Amino acid sequence: MRVLVPSALQSYTGANWVEAEGATLGEVLADLDRRYPGIRFRMIDERDRPRPHVRFFHRKEAVHDLAAALAPGEELLIVQALSGG
Amino acid sequence: MTSKAAARSLILVATRKGAWIYQGDGARRTWRTDGPHFLGHIVSHLVLDPRDDRTLLAAAKTGHLGPTIFRSTDLGRTWKEAARPPAFGPAANGLEARAVDHTFWLAPGHASEHGVWYAGTSPQGLFRSEDGGVTWDPASAIHDDPKYRGWMGTVQDGTPDGPKLHSILIDPRDPKHLYIGMSGGGVHESHDGGRTFAPLVAGMQVVEGFDPADVTFHDPHCVRYCPSNPDRLYQQNHCGLYRLDRPGTTWVRIGGGIPKEVGDVGFPMVVHPRDADRAWVFPMDASSVWPRTSPDGKPAVYGTRDAGATWQRMDLGLPASDAWWTVKRQAMTADAGDPVGLYFGTTSGELWMSDDEGGHWREIARHLPEIYAVETAQVG
Repeated sequence: MRVLVPSALQSYTGANWVEAEGATLGEVLADLDRRYPGIRFRMIDERDRPRPHVRFFHRKEAVHDLAAALAPGEELLIVQALSGG
Repeated sequence: MTSKAAARSLILVATRKGAWIYQGDGARRTWRTDGPHFLGHIVSHLVLDPRDDRTLLAAAKTGHLGPTIFRSTDLGRTWKEAARPPAFGPAANGLEARAVDHTFWLAPGHASEHGVWYAGTSPQGLFRSEDGGVTWDPASAIHDDPKYRGWMGTVQDGTPDGPKLHSILIDPRDPKHLYIGMSGGGVHESHDGGRTFAPLVAGMQVVEGFDPADVTFHDPHCVRYCPSNPDRLYQQNHCGLYRLDRPGTTWVRIGGGIPKEVGDVGFPMVVHPRDADRAWVFPMDASSVWPRTSPDGKPAVYGTRDAGATWQRMDLGLPASDAWWTVKRQAMTADAGDPVGLYFGTTSGELWMSDDEGGHWREIARHLPEIYAVETAQVG
């Protein structure tokens, strides 16, 4: 599926839209990490929890659970919430 | 002059918005700016490996992204991210699982252990790399020790930007002999390379009304040993300045010689590279709500030549008034030159140095982001 990568993570991908495969959010993020090593840990901590200012959207809905199923052919949007100063 | 004094000098500056490297001549008179590196990243520490004089590690995160370690093997010309940054293991012993918020402190390992590094994190954790910082693993049983986890407290017990493990000191005579500081959680000593620790807090005060016998209330800000005598430790603590001469185990308060209106509370602690009786500190206003500014807006370094019995104010060249900055715990250091060069970076983004052991100060850079850490090195 197509994945929209926020600017803060484009140092890994070199592009704002990339391709990744997987039936769940966790699988797509794992595939992203295979293609762009290190990118997953910047978004997901060692407890498998999304980091505080990272959000995932799929079919206009927020997705919080790595086990959540993603619809084939749809897009995954990764968003960095505005924070910090 | 020492053998390294004629070499090229480096000042490694980590800030809230990136890192800068200042490259100086052998005389430490002129400095060329190299940076920013990682602009916008929160860089807690930037450290050169003294065993090869070319490997740099930077502890970084951003406001959005999780923590990582960047690594350069060409003195900062190119950088590559660690393949496996510090991360806690799964929950154990019925304790809640933790996640590294940021790596705070980086320490090259013993001279005999090429490629070994230690990292201290927030929340408190000790990590070790054996491949020059490419991969990191939890290094200590204290992570999953209920007693230690109790002493570490929660995020609410820690310093404003998170509880930290810092002051990782490796005995130059014994790679298995380590000291660490935890804010909060006290000073601890290991004889097995950091796997296990025991508290070393006797003699230190804690905040009024609390029990000094409870390790959790101890808050070391910065601990350093003397390179010329690793059995002498100096400590800037939340409750004053202390010294410990091993094998003794009781810290002695040594800040009484600093005027009361200035006080002996601050964050950094710097020790002379060759004279164990000489050290420098940067007192701050720790009254009432803890402004964490220079006392009365008049910044000054205080130095001792007699192991803390007396202290001299050293402020020539620094603003005489109306300067409301201070210096964080990693943001003051000494080089190995003769005379020793002293360096500090301020919370308002100024980089200062003295090339006469604190006698006179001059500004090297201004208008940087808030400075978190300053390290120095001499390279060939």
